[in-house]
Amino acid sequence: MSASDIHDIEFRSVTKRYGDVTAVTDINLAVPKGAFVALLGPSGCGKTTCLRMIGGFEQPSEGDVFIGDIRVNDLPAYRRPVNMVFQHYALFPHLDVENNVAYGLRQQRPRIASAEIGKRVGAALEMVRLTGFGRRRIHELSGGQQQRVALARAIVNKPKVLLLDEPLAALDRKLRTDMQMELQSLQRDLGITFLLVTHDQEEALSMSDLVCVMSAGRIRQFARPQEVYDRPADLFVADFVGKTNKMTVTAEPGLLRLGNGATLPFAGPERGQAVLALRPEAMRIARSGASGGPLVGEVTHRIFLGSLAEYSVAVPGVGEFLISTNRHGLDANDLIEPGEAVSIGYNPEALRLYPA
Amino acid sequence: MAMTIATRKRLVTALLIGPSAAWLSLFLVLPFIAILVFSVGERAPEGGYQAAFTFAQFMNLPARATAFWNTMILAPVGAFFCLLVAYPTAYYLAIKAPARYRMLLVSLVVVPFWTSLLVRTYAWIFILGARGLPNLLALIGLPDVRLLNTPGAVLLGIVYGYLPLMIMPIYVSLEKLDCRLLEASADLGASPVRSFFNVTLPLSLPGVATGVALVTILLLGEYLIPQLLGGGKVFFIGNALVDLFLQSRNWPYGSAIAVTLVSVVVLIITLAMRLAWRFAGTRQVDLV
Repeated sequence: MSASDIHDIEFRSVTKRYGDVTAVTDINLAVPKGAFVALLGPSGCGKTTCLRMIGGFEQPSEGDVFIGDIRVNDLPAYRRPVNMVFQHYALFPHLDVENNVAYGLRQQRPRIASAEIGKRVGAALEMVRLTGFGRRRIHELSGGQQQRVALARAIVNKPKVLLLDEPLAALDRKLRTDMQMELQSLQRDLGITFLLVTHDQEEALSMSDLVCVMSAGRIRQFARPQEVYDRPADLFVADFVGKTNKMTVTAEPGLLRLGNGATLPFAGPERGQAVLALRPEAMRIARSGASGGPLVGEVTHRIFLGSLAEYSVAVPGVGEFLISTNRHGLDANDLIEPGEAVSIGYNPEALRLYPA
Repeated sequence: MAMTIATRKRLVTALLIGPSAAWLSLFLVLPFIAILVFSVGERAPEGGYQAAFTFAQFMNLPARATAFWNTMILAPVGAFFCLLVAYPTAYYLAIKAPARYRMLLVSLVVVPFWTSLLVRTYAWIFILGARGLPNLLALIGLPDVRLLNTPGAVLLGIVYGYLPLMIMPIYVSLEKLDCRLLEASADLGASPVRSFFNVTLPLSLPGVATGVALVTILLLGEYLIPQLLGGGKVFFIGNALVDLFLQSRNWPYGSAIAVTLVSVVVLIITLAMRLAWRFAGTRQVDLV
């Protein structure tokens, strides 16, 4: 079984430099066939550069990019079996919706019969729920509709891989959530590989089968969304994906010593200075009576979110913690007021320790 | 004195467009009305204008049909050749030229305007005259080549003189072209050549239309270049107008020709812009 039976896209030691600036450093990545993969990272992390190297708009300075079996380093964009949904859609303003969608089919040689083109364009428009919009001009459409046209224009060509460059960034929140679900079901229906670039961790976690977290031109973690969230590979991932409480601790045999001298039980092999990370929802607080645990503090802020309540708790000598509590009932008394003294507990399984 | 916001807005508008409106009314609208009135009048016995209401002058237009015809050929043909030279130049400037030198190169396009067209056209007389290029051609064994006072010389002078006016609007429309559209075109499988014809060219048509309209309109009134480089042998409307107003002092007849010319110009602009809008799918057309 060759690599291409499993992988649609592969980066082998790919580096991309622009003059003195290195955008992508020695990336190795294999995107499994038929997967929905998100490239996630802050702006400037190199995720868009990676996407553009697959699309053929950038050439790697070093290393090889493969689409299926074929090394595509020297293949111009117009010969690559992939299609892209551009960030600002890049729809042709001088063509109507139908002709935008038909554009790719018209470029194919041997020519496709125009009846066939019409049929496939109609099917693509139906897929993105734009039936009847064929004759509209692009500037007559809303942002969400333009987004769908861009999607239809790409998928009508039945690409091996669909590249999506921040496709939902320009949409408002409600529309974005709808489109996230639509993209997911579209991907399932089409069965083709989706590679999505986003800086929105929620989007990456909710839509994709695999998340590739990038930072400063390198891949930090490539794993399933749950894995990325529950077991971040490093502090950057822990920080970037979701919220994380961090504190500097000293690991000693059997315990972790906090900044205020208190200790937490710990069984891991690490020793010396380290950073402890805990998700807000892995922690809990309770009004402390006289009993103090190792972590005792005072609520400084409360953010009420309906089903959840988030508290900022200051622990002297250690720092500020964000703790998220699930409001199980509608007990009027469950909310803790700022200023109250609380003791903090946590789920030891959720505790992660990283080198300082 | 308290002013409502609406009043103040109207005042600002008036102040902004007042000067140009006054200038145009005084020097464009009034003279044009005068010409309209003249065109239905009669030539006074001693020359000039005498009041009347007759369309006799318009009936007489066929007498100058040759000048009209020459102009109607020269203007679009000149504009077309201008376009042939200008488009690649504008394309290079807007898309291929290194960004660092772009502004410098673009300003070079306008440099010829720093000297008068008359002077520059005279320079061509010397270049094309017997002691210029033909002299050099004779040295390499091509004797008796006649360049000056030929239609070719007129065309050359026209392309030379009006080139910047064609380059600029095309440059502007190409410069605004979103290069992501070209990436999208390539992504969808179009080779660079096809991308040019499918995307770049249609989207630059408003600029092309502006340039063609601009140059055609100016050429309709052109008389200097044909006079100097064509040896005055070929008569154009511009020449006819100069002749009628200054020499034979037949103002009504000159006015009738001028009115006809203006009508043709307005018609051409309207048609050209309509066409460009239809192709580009946008009404954003910039007159330079």
